Amino acid sequence: MCRANIVMPVLPQMGFSVLTDSTTQDAARHKGVGASTRRHEDDRYLRGRGRFVGDIRRAGMLDMAFVRSPLAHASIRSITKPDANSLRSVEGVYVAADLTGVTGIVANSALPGFQASVQPILADSKVRHVGEPIVACLAQTRAAAEDLAEAVQVDLDEIAAVVEMTTALDPEMPLLHDHWVQNAFLETRTDINFENAIAGAAAVVKKSYRTARQCMAPIEGRGCVAEWDRHLEQLTIHSATQMPHIVRSGLAECLGLDHAQVRIIAPDVGGGFGYKGILLAEEVCAGFLAMKLDRPIRWLEDRREHLTGGANCREHTYEITGYAAADGEILAVDCDALVDSGAYSSYPFSACLEAAQVTSILPGPYRMRGFRCKATAVATNKPPILPFRGVARTGVCFAMELVMDALAGELGMSPEAIRERNLVPATDMPFTNITNKFFDSGDYPQALSKTVEAIDVAAVRARQKLATGRKRIGLGFAIFCEQGAHGTSVYHGWGIPMVPGFEQATARLTPDGWLEVRVGVHSHGQGLETTLAQIANEELGVDPEKVRVVHGDTAYTPYSTGTWGSRCAVMAGGAVGTASAEVGDRVRAIAAHLLQARAEDIVLADGAAYAGTAKVSLEEVARTWYRQPQLLPASVDPHGLEATVGYRTTPDTGTFSYACHAVVVEVDMDLGQVDLLDYVIVEDAGVMINPMIVDGQVLGGVVQGIGTALFEEMPFDGSGQPLASTLADYHLPVAADIPPIRIIHMETPSPLSRYGQKGIGESGAIGPPAAIANAVNDALRDIGAEVTEVPMTPERVLKVIARAEAKSREAVS
Amino acid sequence: MKPVAFKYDAAVSVSDGCGALRDGANAKLIAGGQSLGPMLNLRLVRPGSLLDVSTLPEIREANETEAGVVIGAAITHAEIEDGAVRDPTGGWLRAAAANIAHRGVRNRGTIGGSLAHADPAADWVIVMTGLGASVTLEGPSGRRDVPMSDFVIGPFETALSPDEILVSVFVPKPAKDTRWGYWKYMRQVGEFAKASATVLINSEAGASRIALGALGQQPIILSSDVAEKVIGERMEVREALHDAFNAAGLPAEPENLALHITAVHRALAIAHADNN
Repeated sequence: MCRANIVMPVLPQMGFSVLTDSTTQDAARHKGVGASTRRHEDDRYLRGRGRFVGDIRRAGMLDMAFVRSPLAHASIRSITKPDANSLRSVEGVYVAADLTGVTGIVANSALPGFQASVQPILADSKVRHVGEPIVACLAQTRAAAEDLAEAVQVDLDEIAAVVEMTTALDPEMPLLHDHWVQNAFLETRTDINFENAIAGAAAVVKKSYRTARQCMAPIEGRGCVAEWDRHLEQLTIHSATQMPHIVRSGLAECLGLDHAQVRIIAPDVGGGFGYKGILLAEEVCAGFLAMKLDRPIRWLEDRREHLTGGANCREHTYEITGYAAADGEILAVDCDALVDSGAYSSYPFSACLEAAQVTSILPGPYRMRGFRCKATAVATNKPPILPFRGVARTGVCFAMELVMDALAGELGMSPEAIRERNLVPATDMPFTNITNKFFDSGDYPQALSKTVEAIDVAAVRARQKLATGRKRIGLGFAIFCEQGAHGTSVYHGWGIPMVPGFEQATARLTPDGWLEVRVGVHSHGQGLETTLAQIANEELGVDPEKVRVVHGDTAYTPYSTGTWGSRCAVMAGGAVGTASAEVGDRVRAIAAHLLQARAEDIVLADGAAYAGTAKVSLEEVARTWYRQPQLLPASVDPHGLEATVGYRTTPDTGTFSYACHAVVVEVDMDLGQVDLLDYVIVEDAGVMINPMIVDGQVLGGVVQGIGTALFEEMPFDGSGQPLASTLADYHLPVAADIPPIRIIHMETPSPLSRYGQKGIGESGAIGPPAAIANAVNDALRDIGAEVTEVPMTPERVLKVIARAEAKSREAVS
Repeated sequence: MKPVAFKYDAAVSVSDGCGALRDGANAKLIAGGQSLGPMLNLRLVRPGSLLDVSTLPEIREANETEAGVVIGAAITHAEIEDGAVRDPTGGWLRAAAANIAHRGVRNRGTIGGSLAHADPAADWVIVMTGLGASVTLEGPSGRRDVPMSDFVIGPFETALSPDEILVSVFVPKPAKDTRWGYWKYMRQVGEFAKASATVLINSEAGASRIALGALGQQPIILSSDVAEKVIGERMEVREALHDAFNAAGLPAEPENLALHITAVHRALAIAHADNN
């Protein structure tokens, strides 16, 4: 079968920005902001020399496996531990009652009406989803621990499971949490001028959309090695996490320890995507048992645990109505959305974040007069839903962009024309939208027009006319903006366990003139070790090869909420830049003394401080401060060559990157197969610190978005049993599924960030489901078939085709 | 998931292997382990011992005869793909082998292992059925040849007795001017097929054959009469499959048939274009 070949973008051919266009010798030498330098971390990743949790061994270490609930909803009648003599290498079997002094995971929101849940570390009286840990089993090996787990008898009394979010709120449904009034964590509503706005609408479309429950699938699962450090009187946990400081806070709370008694080390981490920001019951359990037994405890999540009990995300439904005037102006949008939040509110983001986000971001990059939205975080007997790259945006973009196409169809407009009519124009920037989001900068209509040009709409339309028979061509668009690096003013209102404040970083020159940078965020594939080194180079002229970025250890790094929300380039980048600049001032003062020049005349470049042509290297400056202080004047700044600063943007409402996606698909109407033929992305990440890394982020995100659009689904049966438990059943996109992807950059500097950069980390994953669905619907428009649900599996596509064909047969007869 | 504890031995001969199967407590053969490995890890199978036959010289060879080629059971898919084994069909076997799963699987997976495992969606199960191949089984009482159409008797079920080993598969040389088409639908490269079909056209000899796979059971072979009619376009594929599904006790509603009809159409188109 002929499939699309893979073409990786060749940047120099398509760079539109000043920086990627640069071919001068200066640019070739340039290593700071704007340089596509090779990633420092790739050397160890690509040679298989990273150090992950699974690589860590300790003497006397025990492996942990869990007895997990086989039922979605049940009371625990009894648990019988096995006879220790009958099994090999038994080290211990622990139930909830054995976890003395441990409290469950609580992630409340201060939003009014929030119903709280307690996620037990080990289920005590009730289980609320398949895969929930009930018993922890320790043995010399994982295999023996699994043998032990099989020998435990758990007697459950099944309760009817709440599986489907659309019926979970029915009064006759059993309650997941006894003290609740209905199966919902939170209901949020917003109504801005809705009734007034819809008067005189020329087109009204009402649609139902759905996105499937998915699993985030980093290559490495979760895992930890917990040990009690007798010397430091500290619980040390190596954990595959993207938010080590938050995990530390959560663990300290659950275990009743002081923060000083907990140290989290996140070594190399094999992808996060949001799953690794969550505090897991398994980690708390490992920490407790390591202290109790004074032995290292290891838990490495396997793919089955990961898929069935862990990394669930994305499940939304939308009942959405769009109202437009005859000229295509969007008058208002009305939406009733449900988010299947699963059984518990997970730490730290809580069960409210995703649903409440829907009410604030649904209007997307458009102006509109009225907006009404209700979003409910529904509780079901499934694993907690966790924030995956893009969080609510992927579903929201899907709903909004499909409604845009539906309105266009109703009004006889092209998809590009209706978008152009409603996008916030560049002349209105900065712009505060209908839900009070502050769009800091950009030219959304230009992103659209560049996309139209690059995908060559006219050529695709011509080709579409030639496609006959059972294979159809379709073209689809999606345009969206993404708030990133938003801070205190946005998050304090949620009242969740974590509110980002000033992002701190430490920069210090070492005695040999290298720079050590310490940050509380974590890099697990994003290339931050490179990006942050480039920023240090920008300020200090230090060679990025001589910058060590220290991250992932709560003992060495300043407190941070960590890596999430497309925030690191802006927040950690801004902090490292500010700290490096401060060290730069101290370097200048010492260099001025050594060169007998004025500090304000000193220029830092190429690893040295220059006064005209005279120079002194960073190494000499550092050596003087650390090892030859006798050479310094009495007036030298005693803070030395080290600075810790706090940084945030003003205002801290976040940068708004944006992107327009266009895709050409071929739909095989006999197979229901959707093949991607061409894919164009025009995106604006502001000033790119490393364009190659931005491309990597966008490409990786798009591939995940293609997964959402076409492949990934965690189905459940009527009793709440997950039906995909291996990667043979849970389909991830593979290389052959990915079309050539062309990325075109715009670079509108953000006025908010230190270098004009914008958060872009999640962007790629947002657009593909909407763009691809619009393309499939475009392909099938003339037979009257319409997809409204992702993933667009062959079964779903065949179903809408069969339905449409049956309808037209009826009409004929 | 990790397997339960099991014993592992390498077989020294086929007869030794048969003995172990007879005497061993819950013994099972392993060749490439490409299906058995995941099943062990998921604890779907819990053998007391595994007997490795993947390096046994007597089932690692292939011999050409006048009538065809005898392929040893422990020959890997990759060896067939790479032409290390004589292909009596002039390339059909190599092409089929090259599309089995991924190269990593093909490097270890064996033709005998695949046939003995009898996954309804496996390539060799449908291809060997479509080519009219037969397998040779060896047990304590000697060897016997079984045509593919009698060998797979259900999903993951074969005519193998508990103490028999599949030692080889015989692929007949097709008659002159025979055309062949094999098509399978996979949603993603490397997946098991959701529908598959083979079409062998030799109407002069009356030896045409159409077989359907990936049915959740053993393949269906259309009667030669029906096959000739379908090939000669004297019968609709839809009608032929409707009858065949009914006869096999499979649901024959349009939505169950659709993908399989497409598979036959596409295999037919490939066969018609075949200039072998």
